[in-house]
Formats: sequence, structure tokens, C-alpha cells
Amino acid sequence: MKIIINNASGTPIYEQIVSQIKNQIMSGELAEGEALPSMRLLAKEQRISVITTKRAYEELEREGFINSVVGKGSFVAPQNIEMIKEQRLREIEDKLREIIDTAHLSGIDKEELKEMIDLLSEE
Amino acid sequence: MTDFAIEFKNVTKKYDGFVLDNVSFALPRGCIMGLIGANGAGKSTIINLMLDITAKDSGNIRVLGCSSTDLTRELKEKIGVVFDESFFPENMKLKEVEKVLANIYKSWDKTAFSEYMRKFALPQDKVVKDFSRGMKMKLSIACALSHNAELLVLDEATSGLDPIVRDEILDIFLDFIQDENHSVLISSHITSDLEKVCDYVTFINEGHIVMSDEKDLILEKYAVVKCGEDEFDMLPQDKVIGVRIHKFGAEALMEASAVPHSYAIEPADLEKIMLFTVKRR
Repeated sequence: MKIIINNASGTPIYEQIVSQIKNQIMSGELAEGEALPSMRLLAKEQRISVITTKRAYEELEREGFINSVVGKGSFVAPQNIEMIKEQRLREIEDKLREIIDTAHLSGIDKEELKEMIDLLSEE
Repeated sequence: MTDFAIEFKNVTKKYDGFVLDNVSFALPRGCIMGLIGANGAGKSTIINLMLDITAKDSGNIRVLGCSSTDLTRELKEKIGVVFDESFFPENMKLKEVEKVLANIYKSWDKTAFSEYMRKFALPQDKVVKDFSRGMKMKLSIACALSHNAELLVLDEATSGLDPIVRDEILDIFLDFIQDENHSVLISSHITSDLEKVCDYVTFINEGHIVMSDEKDLILEKYAVVKCGEDEFDMLPQDKVIGVRIHKFGAEALMEASAVPHSYAIEPADLEKIMLFTVKRR
């Protein structure tokens, strides 16, 4: 598991942990049932407060991403992957619609757009 | 079992010319607390009261769930203490130091001690007086941790050490609290060290507790504002903790939530908070 904390970003540290773990769960990097590092280990390695990691794990648990078992640790909860995917698809659709509108206004055609997507995804 | 490793409730201690006044704070188990304050603020008095080296005038002190005045020998062994100076006989080698300590502590853990000796790479063949300051400090910490301590108390232990050794020592503390029953109280005026490892910060000034809270909350609560003197005058003055007015403008520590959006703010670190609070207007 990879977590990079940026002290200068202005985003609270616990939120950075929450969003990075969430992303890894959604992308499948962290599989269902996989054990997360203990709050204390994560705090120690990152040199952050146990209170911060605890807050992050509590938030993830509240949102249904992980389950914590007393004395055993925290595990990735079974995800409703379909639902998450659906949600993301809708987000992408909205953004694409915006892009198509902009392209339309500037006289850029479909082929050019597709080319651009191909090019950008290779980067 | 109680949730607190250390609990002070309305503790007062009067000396000639110094009063530790109505001090209350609590350190939950499994956490590290930094006790910060200027020299003479009362940090060592707090530690001495806690260890029952000095007697309090009034109030309540509980350590590992037991009143500080009734600590049994068994409980005392669960407290590892490290002071600024080491007290080892200067002409002893490690083996001899260990022999002495094994006789003092019932719960002396030989395996743990030799593990620390190996980890800290302390020389077996040198006498203590030839140790560097960092080596002596590591030896003190190793000893404090080799009798099944649950609470580690350090009074100014990292001052006078170079940044590399200090960093190694901070790692030891973090390792120690991997057991959630373990706790650490560190007094120091090197705020950057405390900022790195502490979960809680208690800030004491002239015998009074100025603040005692989660470190992250304290750091989020305050901000440093830099502006011109005229702009400074327009700020809500009751939210200003301290200010330094110089020839070209003003630098003020404020409650972050009270700063208008048009002002440029910087995050406050513990050092700034300590400085501005001590030098109040």
C-alpha cells in the first residue's frame, strides 16, 4: 500500500489518507478482505499522530470502505464495485459532455477529439 | 484499567517565588505527549510531582491508574524515567551497569537490554565516561525501557544532542507506542522534535497550563498573519494571541478562524505558538 502525505498541501492529513486508501480500494489495488496496516504502524512510518490515523480509519469505516475488528485490525470491506463504477461513469459522462460542447463551439470535430484522447492516454 | 497513563487534576505546588497553579491535563494510554514551555515554566516540577519526588500542596495526580503518592514498587517499575543527565557510575562498562540494574529492578529484562545494546550499537568495551552524550542518552533510554515499562518519562532528554541522534531517539518512542498500552511523556523546549512525534501537547508558562490538546487541533487552530500595521489594527483584537510589530509591518499569531479572507496567512508551528504566547502584548 502506498500513501504519500504532503504537509504543504493544506489538505488535512487524515483526508489525504482517506482519499488515497479510497482510490486504491476503488481501483482494485486493495482487494476485498485485505488487511490494512495497523493505525499505529501507519502513524509511526508516516511520522504522524495516532489520532490522525485513527480519525482516517474511522472515516473510512463510516463510509463503508473498511471494517475494523477489535483486536484483529482493519480490513477492506466488500465493495459494491458496480455502484461505484456507475457513479464514476456518470461523472465521466458529465465531463465528456462539457468537452464536446467546448469542442463544438471551437469547431473541433469528433475525429480530432478521439485522436486527442488516444494521444493523452498514451502519456 | 483506566484509560489514562497520567492524570493531573487541579494540582498546585508553591515554592519560594514559583507557583505551579491549578494544573490539569491528562495523557491517554497509547499516546505521546509533549510538555513544552520555557526554562523555569514548571515542566520539571510536573515530572517531579508525578514521580512523587516532590510533594504536591493540593490536587490529584494519578499515574497508571494509581494515586502518585501510593505507587507500589511494582508500579514504579512500570515507569521508565530518563533525565537530562545520566547517573551511571562513570567507570563502569555496559556489563557492569547491567549487573547493577538487574539487582535494582525485579522485572529486569536481560533480553530486551541486549537487544537495545545491539540496536543502538553501544560499545561493550568502553567505560561510561568515554561515551558521547548521544551514547549516554541512548544507554539511559535503553535502561528505562528494559524493565517492562509501560510509561516512559523524559525530562529534556533530547536537548544537547545532534539532529541525527535525536531523530533515532524519536523513532524509539514511536516503536515503543506500537503497544497501545504504552505511553510517553517528553518535556522539551525543542518544539520541532515534539511536533514530529507527539499526539498531545501541553504547553505550560509560568506555572500555568496555557493549552493542553491534540497536537493537530492546536496546529489547526492558530495561524500566523503578516500584514501592515494599519491592516493589523483592523483585525479582531480579541482573537490576537500575540504580535510582533516591526518597522515594516506586523506579524501576529491569531485564531485561524477569525482571520478575514483578504489576509495572507501561514500555518503556525509550535515554536511560533510558544513564542507569541509567552511574549503576549
